[in-house]
Amino acid sequence: MTAVDTAPAAGRPRAGRVEISDRSRAERRLGLLLSAPAVIVMLLVTAYPLVNALYLSLFSYRLTAPDDRRFVGLANYGTALSDPLFWQDVLTTFVVTFVTVAVELVIGFGLAMVMHRALFARRTVRTAILLPYGIVTVISAFAWKYAFDLQSGFVNGWFGLGDYAWFSGRWSSLFVICLSEIWKTTPFISLLLLAGLAQVPRDLGEAATVDGATAWQRLLRVTIPNMKAAILVAVLFRTLDAWRIFDNVFVMTAGQEKTETFSFLTYRQTITRTAIGLGDAVGVLLFLSVVLIAAVFIRGFRVDLSQVRGDR
Amino acid sequence: MESTRSKWLWIAASALILVWTVFPILWIVMLSFKRPGEIGNQKGFLPHAWTFENYRTVFRTDLFTAALVNSIGISLIATFVGVVFATLVAYAIARLEFPGKKAILSFALAIAMFPVVSLVGPLFNLWRDIGLYDTWPGLIIPYISFALPLAIWTLSAFFREIPWEMEQAAQVDGATTWQAFRKVIVPLAAPGVFTAAILTFFFCWNDFVFGISLTSTDNARPVPAALAFFTGESQFEQPTTAICAAAVVVTVPVVVIVLLFQRRIVAGLTSGAVKG
Repeated sequence: MTAVDTAPAAGRPRAGRVEISDRSRAERRLGLLLSAPAVIVMLLVTAYPLVNALYLSLFSYRLTAPDDRRFVGLANYGTALSDPLFWQDVLTTFVVTFVTVAVELVIGFGLAMVMHRALFARRTVRTAILLPYGIVTVISAFAWKYAFDLQSGFVNGWFGLGDYAWFSGRWSSLFVICLSEIWKTTPFISLLLLAGLAQVPRDLGEAATVDGATAWQRLLRVTIPNMKAAILVAVLFRTLDAWRIFDNVFVMTAGQEKTETFSFLTYRQTITRTAIGLGDAVGVLLFLSVVLIAAVFIRGFRVDLSQVRGDR
Repeated sequence: MESTRSKWLWIAASALILVWTVFPILWIVMLSFKRPGEIGNQKGFLPHAWTFENYRTVFRTDLFTAALVNSIGISLIATFVGVVFATLVAYAIARLEFPGKKAILSFALAIAMFPVVSLVGPLFNLWRDIGLYDTWPGLIIPYISFALPLAIWTLSAFFREIPWEMEQAAQVDGATTWQAFRKVIVPLAAPGVFTAAILTFFFCWNDFVFGISLTSTDNARPVPAALAFFTGESQFEQPTTAICAAAVVVTVPVVVIVLLFQRRIVAGLTSGAVKG
Protein backbone atom coordinates (compact mmCIF):
# COMPACT_ATOMS: atom_id res chain seq x y z
CA MET A 1 0.00 0.00 0.00
CA THR A 2 1.15 3.51 -0.62
CA ALA A 3 -0.18 4.85 2.64
CA VAL A 4 2.81 7.10 3.11
CA ASP A 5 1.92 9.30 0.14
CA THR A 6 0.72 12.65 1.25
CA ALA A 7 -1.04 14.04 -1.81
CA PRO A 8 -3.85 12.29 -3.67
CA ALA A 9 -2.85 11.19 -7.15
CA ALA A 10 -4.72 13.92 -8.98
CA GLY A 11 -2.92 16.72 -7.22
CA ARG A 12 0.55 15.31 -7.57
CA PRO A 13 2.95 17.38 -9.65
CA ARG A 14 3.95 15.48 -12.75
CA ALA A 15 6.70 17.70 -14.07
CA GLY A 16 9.89 18.22 -12.19
CA ARG A 17 10.40 14.58 -11.47
CA VAL A 18 13.78 14.00 -12.95
CA GLU A 19 14.92 10.79 -11.40
CA ILE A 20 12.75 7.77 -11.10
CA SER A 21 13.12 6.71 -7.53
CA ASP A 22 12.67 3.19 -6.22
CA ARG A 23 9.41 4.28 -4.66
CA SER A 24 7.88 5.48 -7.89
CA ARG A 25 9.17 2.43 -9.69
CA ALA A 26 7.39 0.25 -7.15
CA GLU A 27 4.29 2.39 -7.60
CA ARG A 28 4.41 1.89 -11.37
CA ARG A 29 4.76 -1.82 -10.94
CA LEU A 30 1.84 -1.96 -8.52
CA GLY A 31 -0.33 0.15 -10.84
CA LEU A 32 0.33 -2.11 -13.80
CA LEU A 33 -0.16 -5.20 -11.67
CA LEU A 34 -3.55 -4.03 -10.40
CA SER A 35 -4.67 -3.13 -13.92
CA ALA A 36 -3.47 -6.35 -15.49
CA PRO A 37 -6.43 -8.70 -14.78
CA ALA A 38 -9.06 -6.33 -16.19
CA VAL A 39 -6.99 -5.38 -19.23
CA ILE A 40 -6.16 -9.01 -20.00
CA VAL A 41 -9.83 -10.09 -19.85
CA MET A 42 -10.93 -7.18 -22.04
CA LEU A 43 -8.17 -7.93 -24.57
CA LEU A 44 -8.87 -11.65 -24.58
CA VAL A 45 -12.52 -11.19 -25.49
CA THR A 46 -12.09 -8.36 -28.00
CA ALA A 47 -8.63 -8.17 -29.59
CA TYR A 48 -8.12 -11.81 -30.44
CA PRO A 49 -11.62 -12.42 -31.88
CA LEU A 50 -11.43 -9.19 -33.85
CA VAL A 51 -8.10 -10.15 -35.44
CA ASN A 52 -9.50 -13.62 -36.00
CA ALA A 53 -12.58 -12.16 -37.70
CA LEU A 54 -10.39 -9.96 -39.92
CA TYR A 55 -8.36 -12.99 -40.93
CA LEU A 56 -11.29 -15.34 -41.57
CA SER A 57 -13.20 -12.68 -43.49
CA LEU A 58 -10.62 -13.18 -46.25
CA PHE A 59 -11.64 -16.79 -46.72
CA SER A 60 -14.56 -18.54 -48.27
CA TYR A 61 -15.35 -20.70 -45.29
CA ARG A 62 -18.45 -22.44 -44.01
CA LEU A 63 -18.42 -24.33 -40.76
CA THR A 64 -20.41 -27.13 -42.38
CA ALA A 65 -17.73 -27.61 -45.06
CA PRO A 66 -14.39 -26.90 -43.37
CA ASP A 67 -12.36 -28.63 -46.09
CA ASP A 68 -13.58 -26.22 -48.76
CA ARG A 69 -11.94 -23.29 -47.01
CA ARG A 70 -9.96 -21.18 -49.43
CA PHE A 71 -8.44 -17.72 -49.56
CA VAL A 72 -10.58 -15.28 -51.53
CA GLY A 73 -9.07 -11.92 -50.57
CA LEU A 74 -11.63 -9.18 -50.28
CA ALA A 75 -14.31 -11.08 -52.21
CA ASN A 76 -16.55 -11.47 -49.14
CA TYR A 77 -16.56 -7.71 -48.68
CA GLY A 78 -17.46 -7.34 -52.34
CA THR A 79 -20.30 -9.82 -51.95
CA ALA A 80 -21.68 -8.02 -48.90
CA LEU A 81 -21.33 -4.51 -50.26
CA SER A 82 -22.89 -5.34 -53.61
CA ASP A 83 -25.89 -7.12 -52.07
CA PRO A 84 -29.08 -5.00 -51.91
CA LEU A 85 -30.03 -6.90 -48.72
CA PHE A 86 -26.94 -5.49 -46.99
CA TRP A 87 -27.93 -1.93 -47.87
CA GLN A 88 -31.54 -2.59 -46.92
CA ASP A 89 -30.36 -3.72 -43.46
CA VAL A 90 -28.09 -0.70 -43.15
CA LEU A 91 -31.01 1.56 -44.04
CA THR A 92 -33.24 -0.14 -41.45
CA THR A 93 -30.53 0.26 -38.82
CA PHE A 94 -30.06 3.90 -39.78
CA VAL A 95 -33.79 4.66 -39.57
CA VAL A 96 -34.13 2.93 -36.18
CA THR A 97 -31.04 4.72 -34.85
CA PHE A 98 -32.08 8.14 -36.12
CA VAL A 99 -35.69 7.89 -34.92
CA THR A 100 -34.94 6.44 -31.50
CA VAL A 101 -32.07 8.80 -30.72
CA ALA A 102 -34.05 11.87 -31.83
CA VAL A 103 -37.17 10.91 -29.87
CA GLU A 104 -35.15 9.83 -26.84
CA LEU A 105 -33.24 13.07 -26.79
CA VAL A 106 -36.49 15.03 -26.54
CA ILE A 107 -38.22 12.71 -24.06
CA GLY A 108 -35.00 12.21 -22.13
CA PHE A 109 -34.55 15.95 -21.81
CA GLY A 110 -38.10 16.26 -20.51
CA LEU A 111 -37.49 13.48 -17.99
CA ALA A 112 -34.26 15.11 -16.88
CA MET A 113 -36.04 18.44 -16.39
CA VAL A 114 -38.74 16.78 -14.30
CA MET A 115 -36.16 14.89 -12.22
CA HIS A 116 -34.18 18.09 -11.79
CA ARG A 117 -37.11 20.33 -10.87
CA ALA A 118 -39.78 18.05 -9.45
CA LEU A 119 -40.98 19.29 -6.10
CA PHE A 120 -43.49 16.54 -5.76
CA ALA A 121 -42.65 12.85 -5.36
CA ARG A 122 -39.08 13.32 -6.56
CA ARG A 123 -38.03 9.92 -5.26
CA THR A 124 -40.98 8.17 -6.86
CA VAL A 125 -40.29 9.79 -10.23
CA ARG A 126 -36.63 8.80 -10.18
CA THR A 127 -37.46 5.25 -9.18
CA ALA A 128 -40.07 4.98 -11.94
CA ILE A 129 -37.62 6.26 -14.53
CA LEU A 130 -35.06 3.66 -13.50
CA LEU A 131 -37.47 0.75 -13.89
CA PRO A 132 -37.18 0.41 -17.69
CA TYR A 133 -33.39 0.68 -17.36
CA GLY A 134 -33.36 -2.45 -15.22
CA ILE A 135 -35.89 -4.45 -17.23
CA VAL A 136 -34.37 -7.06 -19.54
CA THR A 137 -34.58 -5.85 -23.17
CA VAL A 138 -36.06 -9.16 -24.32
CA ILE A 139 -38.89 -8.75 -21.79
CA SER A 140 -39.55 -5.20 -22.93
CA ALA A 141 -39.72 -6.56 -26.47
CA PHE A 142 -42.27 -9.20 -25.44
CA ALA A 143 -44.38 -6.62 -23.56
CA TRP A 144 -44.66 -4.33 -26.58
CA LYS A 145 -45.03 -7.19 -29.03
CA TYR A 146 -47.93 -8.69 -27.11
CA ALA A 147 -49.56 -5.28 -26.69
CA PHE A 148 -49.72 -4.82 -30.48
CA ASP A 149 -50.19 -8.47 -31.38
CA LEU A 150 -53.49 -9.46 -33.02
CA GLN A 151 -53.97 -12.46 -30.75
CA SER A 152 -53.17 -10.99 -27.37
CA GLY A 153 -52.98 -7.24 -27.80
CA PHE A 154 -55.20 -4.50 -26.47
CA VAL A 155 -53.83 -1.65 -28.60
CA ASN A 156 -56.07 -2.23 -31.62
CA GLY A 157 -59.12 -2.52 -29.37
CA TRP A 158 -58.31 0.67 -27.48
CA PHE A 159 -57.61 2.74 -30.53
CA GLY A 160 -60.30 1.25 -32.75
CA LEU A 161 -57.85 -0.15 -35.29
CA GLY A 162 -59.76 -3.40 -35.86
CA ASP A 163 -57.59 -6.10 -37.38
CA TYR A 164 -54.62 -3.95 -38.29
CA ALA A 165 -51.67 -6.36 -38.38
CA TRP A 166 -48.72 -4.36 -37.06
CA PHE A 167 -46.17 -7.08 -37.69
CA SER A 168 -46.97 -7.74 -41.34
CA GLY A 169 -45.58 -4.47 -42.62
CA ARG A 170 -42.04 -3.14 -42.56
CA TRP A 171 -42.66 0.32 -41.16
CA SER A 172 -45.40 -0.65 -38.70
CA SER A 173 -43.12 -3.40 -37.32
CA LEU A 174 -40.27 -0.93 -37.04
CA PHE A 175 -42.62 1.47 -35.27
CA VAL A 176 -43.27 -1.06 -32.48
CA ILE A 177 -39.57 -2.02 -32.38
CA CYS A 178 -38.66 1.65 -31.94
CA LEU A 179 -41.29 2.07 -29.20
CA SER A 180 -39.78 -0.75 -27.16
CA GLU A 181 -36.25 0.53 -27.75
CA ILE A 182 -37.28 4.05 -26.71
CA TRP A 183 -39.09 2.84 -23.60
CA LYS A 184 -36.15 0.75 -22.48
CA THR A 185 -33.27 3.14 -23.12
CA THR A 186 -34.62 6.66 -22.52
CA PRO A 187 -33.80 6.40 -18.77
CA PHE A 188 -30.11 6.08 -19.59
CA ILE A 189 -30.02 9.16 -21.82
CA SER A 190 -32.14 11.12 -19.30
CA LEU A 191 -29.69 10.37 -16.48
CA LEU A 192 -26.75 11.57 -18.57
CA LEU A 193 -28.72 14.73 -19.36
CA LEU A 194 -29.62 15.14 -15.70
CA ALA A 195 -25.93 15.13 -14.88
CA GLY A 196 -25.49 17.84 -17.48
CA LEU A 197 -28.39 19.90 -16.13
CA ALA A 198 -26.88 19.79 -12.66
CA GLN A 199 -23.79 21.49 -14.07
CA VAL A 200 -25.65 24.50 -15.44
CA PRO A 201 -25.04 27.34 -12.97
CA ARG A 202 -28.31 28.34 -11.33
CA ASP A 203 -27.55 32.04 -11.17
CA LEU A 204 -27.24 32.17 -14.96
CA GLY A 205 -30.89 31.20 -15.32
CA GLU A 206 -31.89 33.59 -12.57
CA ALA A 207 -29.99 36.43 -14.20
CA ALA A 208 -31.76 35.70 -17.48
CA THR A 209 -35.13 35.75 -15.70
CA VAL A 210 -34.31 39.13 -14.17
CA ASP A 211 -33.44 40.37 -17.65
CA GLY A 212 -36.91 39.37 -18.77
CA ALA A 213 -36.19 36.11 -20.63
CA THR A 214 -39.11 33.72 -21.06
CA ALA A 215 -38.82 30.09 -19.96
CA TRP A 216 -38.37 29.06 -23.59
CA GLN A 217 -35.58 31.61 -24.16
CA ARG A 218 -33.87 30.46 -20.96
CA LEU A 219 -33.96 26.89 -22.22
CA LEU A 220 -32.58 27.70 -25.67
CA ARG A 221 -30.09 30.40 -24.73
CA VAL A 222 -28.88 29.40 -21.28
CA THR A 223 -29.60 25.80 -20.37
CA ILE A 224 -28.88 23.95 -23.61
CA PRO A 225 -25.66 25.80 -24.57
CA ASN A 226 -24.31 25.20 -21.07
CA MET A 227 -24.88 21.47 -21.21
CA LYS A 228 -23.80 20.93 -24.80
CA ALA A 229 -21.03 18.56 -23.79
CA ALA A 230 -23.39 16.33 -21.81
CA ILE A 231 -25.89 16.28 -24.69
CA LEU A 232 -23.25 15.24 -27.22
CA VAL A 233 -21.91 12.51 -24.96
CA ALA A 234 -25.43 11.18 -24.39
CA VAL A 235 -26.18 11.23 -28.13
CA LEU A 236 -22.91 9.51 -28.99
CA PHE A 237 -23.51 6.71 -26.50
CA ARG A 238 -27.11 6.16 -27.49
CA THR A 239 -26.31 6.33 -31.22
CA LEU A 240 -23.72 3.58 -30.94
CA ASP A 241 -26.04 1.57 -28.71
CA ALA A 242 -28.98 1.91 -31.11
CA TRP A 243 -26.72 1.11 -34.07
CA ARG A 244 -26.20 -2.41 -32.69
CA ILE A 245 -29.92 -3.03 -32.04
CA PHE A 246 -30.58 -6.75 -31.96
CA ASP A 247 -32.73 -8.04 -29.08
CA ASN A 248 -35.93 -6.18 -29.96
CA VAL A 249 -35.77 -7.21 -33.62
CA PHE A 250 -35.04 -10.82 -32.74
CA VAL A 251 -38.06 -11.13 -30.44
CA MET A 252 -40.59 -9.10 -32.42
CA THR A 253 -40.03 -10.03 -36.06
CA ALA A 254 -36.91 -12.21 -36.23
CA GLY A 255 -35.88 -9.96 -39.13
CA GLN A 256 -39.01 -10.70 -41.18
CA GLU A 257 -40.79 -7.99 -43.17
CA LYS A 258 -37.48 -6.35 -44.08
CA THR A 259 -36.80 -5.40 -40.46
CA GLU A 260 -33.40 -7.08 -40.33
CA THR A 261 -30.67 -4.86 -38.87
CA PHE A 262 -26.90 -4.74 -39.28
CA SER A 263 -26.29 -6.74 -36.10
CA PHE A 264 -28.97 -9.23 -37.00
CA LEU A 265 -27.44 -9.82 -40.43
CA THR A 266 -24.06 -10.51 -38.83
CA TYR A 267 -25.65 -12.90 -36.35
CA ARG A 268 -27.62 -14.71 -39.05
CA GLN A 269 -24.58 -15.18 -41.31
CA THR A 270 -22.18 -16.36 -38.61
CA ILE A 271 -24.33 -18.27 -36.13
CA THR A 272 -27.44 -19.36 -38.02
CA ARG A 273 -25.95 -19.96 -41.47
CA THR A 274 -22.44 -20.70 -40.15
CA ALA A 275 -21.06 -18.85 -43.19
CA ILE A 276 -18.02 -17.82 -41.18
CA GLY A 277 -16.09 -16.00 -43.90
CA LEU A 278 -18.97 -13.88 -45.17
CA GLY A 279 -20.40 -13.36 -41.68
CA ASP A 280 -17.07 -12.15 -40.33
CA ALA A 281 -16.79 -9.75 -43.26
CA VAL A 282 -20.19 -8.28 -42.32
CA GLY A 283 -19.06 -8.19 -38.67
CA VAL A 284 -15.90 -6.32 -39.61
CA LEU A 285 -17.99 -3.85 -41.64
CA LEU A 286 -20.22 -3.37 -38.59
CA PHE A 287 -17.17 -2.71 -36.47
CA LEU A 288 -15.79 -0.22 -39.02
CA SER A 289 -19.14 1.59 -39.16
CA VAL A 290 -19.03 2.00 -35.37
CA VAL A 291 -15.48 3.36 -35.56
CA LEU A 292 -16.62 5.78 -38.28
CA ILE A 293 -19.61 7.03 -36.24
CA ALA A 294 -17.44 7.47 -33.15
CA ALA A 295 -14.80 9.31 -35.20
CA VAL A 296 -17.40 11.65 -36.70
CA PHE A 297 -18.72 12.51 -33.26
CA ILE A 298 -15.35 12.91 -31.58
CA ARG A 299 -13.64 14.83 -34.40
CA GLY A 300 -16.64 16.47 -36.04
CA PHE A 301 -18.64 17.52 -33.01
CA ARG A 302 -15.65 17.63 -30.67
CA VAL A 303 -17.29 15.47 -28.04
CA ASP A 304 -15.19 15.83 -24.94
CA LEU A 305 -14.85 12.24 -23.85
CA SER A 306 -12.56 13.06 -20.97
CA GLN A 307 -15.81 14.19 -19.36
CA VAL A 308 -17.23 10.71 -19.58
CA ARG A 309 -14.30 8.71 -18.55
CA GLY A 310 -13.55 11.15 -15.80
CA ASP A 311 -9.85 11.75 -16.33
CA ARG A 312 -8.68 15.30 -16.07
CA MET B 1 -40.93 31.21 -7.48
CA GLU B 2 -43.17 28.54 -8.96
CA SER B 3 -46.62 29.72 -9.84
CA THR B 4 -49.54 27.42 -9.07
CA ARG B 5 -50.04 26.73 -12.75
CA SER B 6 -46.47 25.61 -13.35
CA LYS B 7 -46.58 23.58 -10.15
CA TRP B 8 -49.54 21.64 -11.52
CA LEU B 9 -47.70 21.21 -14.82
CA TRP B 10 -44.80 19.54 -13.01
CA ILE B 11 -47.18 17.27 -11.13
CA ALA B 12 -48.96 16.31 -14.36
CA ALA B 13 -45.59 15.60 -16.00
CA SER B 14 -44.56 13.40 -13.08
CA ALA B 15 -47.82 11.47 -13.27
CA LEU B 16 -47.39 10.99 -17.01
CA ILE B 17 -43.89 9.61 -16.45
CA LEU B 18 -45.20 7.14 -13.89
CA VAL B 19 -47.80 5.83 -16.33
CA TRP B 20 -45.32 5.59 -19.23
CA THR B 21 -42.68 3.68 -17.25
CA VAL B 22 -44.96 1.38 -15.25
CA PHE B 23 -47.57 0.58 -17.87
CA PRO B 24 -45.65 -2.05 -19.95
CA ILE B 25 -44.58 -3.80 -16.76
CA LEU B 26 -48.16 -3.85 -15.53
CA TRP B 27 -49.23 -5.26 -18.89
CA ILE B 28 -46.80 -8.19 -18.59
CA VAL B 29 -48.10 -8.84 -15.06
CA MET B 30 -51.71 -8.81 -16.31
CA LEU B 31 -50.88 -11.22 -19.14
CA SER B 32 -49.18 -13.56 -16.69
CA PHE B 33 -52.45 -13.89 -14.76
CA LYS B 34 -54.57 -14.68 -17.83
CA ARG B 35 -55.59 -18.21 -18.71
CA PRO B 36 -53.65 -19.45 -21.79
CA GLY B 37 -57.01 -19.98 -23.56
CA GLU B 38 -57.88 -16.33 -23.18
CA ILE B 39 -55.25 -15.33 -25.75
CA GLY B 40 -56.94 -14.92 -29.09
CA ASN B 41 -60.42 -15.03 -27.60
CA GLN B 42 -60.84 -12.27 -25.04
CA LYS B 43 -58.74 -9.24 -25.75
CA GLY B 44 -58.29 -6.50 -23.24
CA PHE B 45 -55.87 -5.27 -20.65
CA LEU B 46 -57.16 -7.01 -17.54
CA PRO B 47 -57.44 -10.79 -17.20
CA HIS B 48 -60.93 -12.14 -17.72
CA ALA B 49 -60.41 -14.76 -15.05
CA TRP B 50 -57.36 -14.52 -12.81
CA THR B 51 -55.17 -17.61 -12.49
CA PHE B 52 -51.81 -18.75 -11.11
CA GLU B 53 -51.69 -21.54 -13.68
CA ASN B 54 -48.90 -19.90 -15.71
CA TYR B 55 -46.61 -19.63 -12.71
CA ARG B 56 -47.16 -23.32 -11.96
CA THR B 57 -46.41 -24.17 -15.61
CA VAL B 58 -43.26 -22.10 -15.61
CA PHE B 59 -41.80 -23.61 -12.45
CA ARG B 60 -42.61 -27.09 -13.72
CA THR B 61 -40.75 -26.44 -16.99
CA ASP B 62 -37.14 -27.58 -16.76
CA LEU B 63 -36.24 -25.24 -19.61
CA PHE B 64 -37.12 -22.25 -17.44
CA THR B 65 -35.88 -23.43 -14.04
CA ALA B 66 -32.52 -24.45 -15.52
CA ALA B 67 -32.26 -21.09 -17.26
CA LEU B 68 -33.11 -19.29 -14.03
CA VAL B 69 -30.34 -21.12 -12.16
CA ASN B 70 -27.93 -20.35 -15.03
CA SER B 71 -28.86 -16.67 -15.10
CA ILE B 72 -28.50 -16.22 -11.35
CA GLY B 73 -25.26 -18.20 -11.08
CA ILE B 74 -23.57 -16.71 -14.15
CA SER B 75 -24.61 -13.14 -13.36
CA LEU B 76 -23.51 -13.32 -9.72
CA ILE B 77 -20.12 -14.84 -10.51
CA ALA B 78 -19.49 -12.41 -13.37
CA THR B 79 -20.53 -9.50 -11.15
CA PHE B 80 -18.25 -10.58 -8.33
CA VAL B 81 -15.16 -11.14 -10.48
CA GLY B 82 -15.86 -8.06 -12.62
CA VAL B 83 -16.23 -5.77 -9.63
CA VAL B 84 -13.04 -7.11 -8.01
CA PHE B 85 -11.09 -6.48 -11.24
CA ALA B 86 -12.66 -3.05 -11.70
CA THR B 87 -11.91 -2.09 -8.08
CA LEU B 88 -8.23 -2.95 -8.54
CA VAL B 89 -7.96 -0.86 -11.74
CA ALA B 90 -9.96 2.03 -10.34
CA TYR B 91 -7.80 2.11 -7.20
CA ALA B 92 -4.66 2.15 -9.33
CA ILE B 93 -6.07 4.92 -11.55
CA ALA B 94 -7.23 7.06 -8.65
CA ARG B 95 -4.20 6.68 -6.41
CA LEU B 96 -1.11 5.54 -8.27
CA GLU B 97 1.08 7.19 -10.85
CA PHE B 98 1.92 4.80 -13.67
CA PRO B 99 2.22 4.84 -17.46
CA GLY B 100 -0.78 3.69 -19.47
CA LYS B 101 -3.43 5.14 -17.18
CA LYS B 102 -5.08 7.12 -19.96
CA ALA B 103 -4.65 4.23 -22.37
CA ILE B 104 -6.58 1.94 -20.01
CA LEU B 105 -9.45 4.40 -19.68
CA SER B 106 -9.61 4.96 -23.44
CA PHE B 107 -9.48 1.24 -24.08
CA ALA B 108 -12.35 0.65 -21.66
CA LEU B 109 -14.32 3.37 -23.43
CA ALA B 110 -13.69 1.71 -26.80
CA ILE B 111 -14.93 -1.62 -25.43
CA ALA B 112 -18.13 0.02 -24.22
CA MET B 113 -18.85 1.17 -27.77
CA PHE B 114 -17.91 -2.12 -29.36
CA PRO B 115 -20.54 -3.85 -31.52
CA VAL B 116 -20.81 -7.09 -29.59
CA VAL B 117 -22.21 -9.06 -32.52
CA SER B 118 -18.97 -8.61 -34.50
CA LEU B 119 -17.22 -10.80 -31.96
CA VAL B 120 -19.83 -13.49 -31.63
CA GLY B 121 -18.75 -15.47 -34.70
CA PRO B 122 -15.06 -15.71 -33.76
CA LEU B 123 -15.89 -16.34 -30.09
CA PHE B 124 -18.29 -19.09 -31.14
CA ASN B 125 -15.42 -20.84 -32.96
CA LEU B 126 -12.82 -20.17 -30.29
CA TRP B 127 -15.08 -21.41 -27.48
CA ARG B 128 -15.84 -24.59 -29.41
CA ASP B 129 -12.14 -25.22 -29.96
CA ILE B 130 -11.18 -24.80 -26.30
CA GLY B 131 -14.30 -26.37 -24.82
CA LEU B 132 -15.93 -23.28 -23.38
CA TYR B 133 -18.95 -23.41 -25.69
CA ASP B 134 -22.22 -23.94 -23.78
CA THR B 135 -20.57 -23.67 -20.36
CA TRP B 136 -20.87 -21.13 -17.53
CA PRO B 137 -17.32 -19.76 -17.96
CA GLY B 138 -18.08 -19.36 -21.66
CA LEU B 139 -20.60 -16.66 -20.74
CA ILE B 140 -18.95 -15.36 -17.58
CA ILE B 141 -15.77 -14.30 -19.43
CA PRO B 142 -17.49 -12.11 -22.07
CA TYR B 143 -19.87 -10.69 -19.46
CA ILE B 144 -16.94 -9.60 -17.31
CA SER B 145 -15.11 -7.96 -20.16
CA PHE B 146 -18.12 -6.02 -21.46
CA ALA B 147 -19.35 -4.98 -18.01
CA LEU B 148 -15.88 -3.81 -16.94
CA PRO B 149 -15.90 -0.40 -18.70
CA LEU B 150 -18.98 0.87 -16.86
CA ALA B 151 -17.67 -0.51 -13.56
CA ILE B 152 -14.23 1.02 -14.12
CA TRP B 153 -15.58 4.52 -14.87
CA THR B 154 -18.07 4.45 -12.04
CA LEU B 155 -15.44 3.31 -9.56
CA SER B 156 -12.64 5.59 -10.69
CA ALA B 157 -14.97 8.60 -10.57
CA PHE B 158 -16.03 7.48 -7.12
CA PHE B 159 -12.56 6.71 -5.76
CA ARG B 160 -11.29 10.11 -6.83
CA GLU B 161 -13.70 11.67 -4.36
CA ILE B 162 -12.51 9.64 -1.39
CA PRO B 163 -10.42 11.71 1.04
CA TRP B 164 -7.47 9.32 1.10
CA GLU B 165 -5.62 11.57 3.56
CA MET B 166 -7.91 10.19 6.25
CA GLU B 167 -6.00 6.94 5.99
CA GLN B 168 -2.79 8.66 7.10
CA ALA B 169 -4.67 10.62 9.72
CA ALA B 170 -5.83 7.36 11.25
CA GLN B 171 -2.28 6.02 11.17
CA VAL B 172 -0.97 9.12 12.86
CA ASP B 173 -3.56 8.45 15.53
CA GLY B 174 -2.02 5.03 16.06
CA ALA B 175 -3.95 2.73 13.76
CA THR B 176 -2.02 0.06 11.87
CA THR B 177 -2.02 0.12 8.05
CA TRP B 178 -4.58 -2.67 7.97
CA GLN B 179 -6.81 -1.01 10.58
CA ALA B 180 -6.65 2.30 8.75
CA PHE B 181 -7.62 0.58 5.51
CA ARG B 182 -10.40 -1.49 7.03
CA LYS B 183 -11.93 1.07 9.37
CA VAL B 184 -11.49 4.20 7.25
CA ILE B 185 -11.15 3.35 3.57
CA VAL B 186 -13.44 0.33 3.26
CA PRO B 187 -16.52 2.12 4.65
CA LEU B 188 -15.84 5.07 2.32
CA ALA B 189 -15.32 2.90 -0.75
CA ALA B 190 -18.07 0.36 -0.11
CA PRO B 191 -20.99 2.41 -1.52
CA GLY B 192 -19.16 2.93 -4.82
CA VAL B 193 -18.23 -0.72 -5.11
CA PHE B 194 -21.81 -1.67 -4.34
CA THR B 195 -23.14 0.67 -7.04
CA ALA B 196 -20.73 -0.78 -9.57
CA ALA B 197 -21.95 -4.25 -8.57
CA ILE B 198 -25.59 -3.31 -9.23
CA LEU B 199 -24.79 -1.89 -12.67
CA THR B 200 -22.67 -4.91 -13.57
CA PHE B 201 -25.40 -7.28 -12.42
CA PHE B 202 -28.00 -5.48 -14.56
CA PHE B 203 -25.69 -5.76 -17.56
CA CYS B 204 -25.23 -9.53 -17.14
CA TRP B 205 -28.91 -10.13 -16.36
CA ASN B 206 -29.92 -8.27 -19.53
CA ASP B 207 -27.57 -9.96 -21.99
CA PHE B 208 -29.12 -11.71 -24.96
CA VAL B 209 -26.58 -11.82 -27.83
CA PHE B 210 -23.99 -13.94 -26.01
CA GLY B 211 -26.76 -15.95 -24.36
CA ILE B 212 -28.17 -17.21 -27.65
CA SER B 213 -24.89 -17.47 -29.55
CA LEU B 214 -22.58 -19.19 -27.11
CA THR B 215 -25.00 -21.76 -25.66
CA SER B 216 -26.98 -24.59 -27.20
CA THR B 217 -28.61 -26.44 -24.29
CA ASP B 218 -29.95 -25.61 -20.83
CA ASN B 219 -26.43 -26.34 -19.62
CA ALA B 220 -25.68 -22.62 -19.65
CA ARG B 221 -28.55 -20.90 -21.46
CA PRO B 222 -29.68 -17.82 -19.50
CA VAL B 223 -33.31 -16.69 -19.12
CA PRO B 224 -33.57 -14.06 -21.92
CA ALA B 225 -32.31 -16.60 -24.46
CA ALA B 226 -34.56 -19.33 -23.07
CA LEU B 227 -37.58 -17.01 -23.31
CA ALA B 228 -36.89 -16.24 -26.96
CA PHE B 229 -36.61 -19.90 -27.85
CA PHE B 230 -39.63 -20.83 -25.78
CA THR B 231 -41.80 -18.91 -28.27
CA GLY B 232 -40.67 -20.77 -31.32
CA GLU B 233 -41.17 -24.18 -29.84
CA SER B 234 -44.90 -24.73 -29.67
CA GLN B 235 -46.84 -24.05 -32.82
CA PHE B 236 -50.25 -25.05 -31.57
CA GLU B 237 -50.51 -23.68 -28.06
CA GLN B 238 -49.88 -20.01 -27.41
CA PRO B 239 -46.97 -19.76 -24.94
CA THR B 240 -47.75 -16.07 -24.42
CA THR B 241 -49.03 -16.23 -20.85
CA ALA B 242 -46.30 -18.63 -19.70
CA ILE B 243 -43.59 -16.40 -21.19
CA CYS B 244 -45.08 -13.47 -19.30
CA ALA B 245 -45.10 -15.40 -16.02
CA ALA B 246 -41.41 -16.22 -16.56
CA ALA B 247 -40.77 -12.59 -17.45
CA VAL B 248 -42.40 -11.44 -14.21
CA VAL B 249 -40.25 -13.87 -12.21
CA VAL B 250 -37.01 -12.43 -13.61
CA THR B 251 -38.28 -8.85 -13.34
CA VAL B 252 -39.06 -9.04 -9.61
CA PRO B 253 -35.40 -8.92 -8.48
CA VAL B 254 -34.78 -5.96 -10.78
CA VAL B 255 -37.73 -4.03 -9.37
CA VAL B 256 -36.63 -4.78 -5.81
CA ILE B 257 -33.08 -3.60 -6.53
CA VAL B 258 -34.36 -0.41 -8.18
CA LEU B 259 -36.74 0.35 -5.31
CA LEU B 260 -34.08 -0.19 -2.65
CA PHE B 261 -31.10 1.41 -4.35
CA GLN B 262 -32.57 4.10 -6.60
CA ARG B 263 -30.22 6.75 -5.28
CA ARG B 264 -27.08 4.64 -5.77
CA ILE B 265 -27.98 3.68 -9.33
CA VAL B 266 -28.59 7.30 -10.30
CA ALA B 267 -25.29 8.29 -8.69
CA GLY B 268 -23.49 5.47 -10.45
CA LEU B 269 -24.86 6.20 -13.91
CA THR B 270 -24.25 9.92 -13.68
CA SER B 271 -20.89 9.85 -11.87
CA GLY B 272 -18.95 9.04 -15.03
CA ALA B 273 -20.55 11.96 -16.80
CA VAL B 274 -20.07 14.63 -14.15
CA LYS B 275 -16.67 16.15 -13.78
CA GLY B 276 -15.19 16.22 -10.31
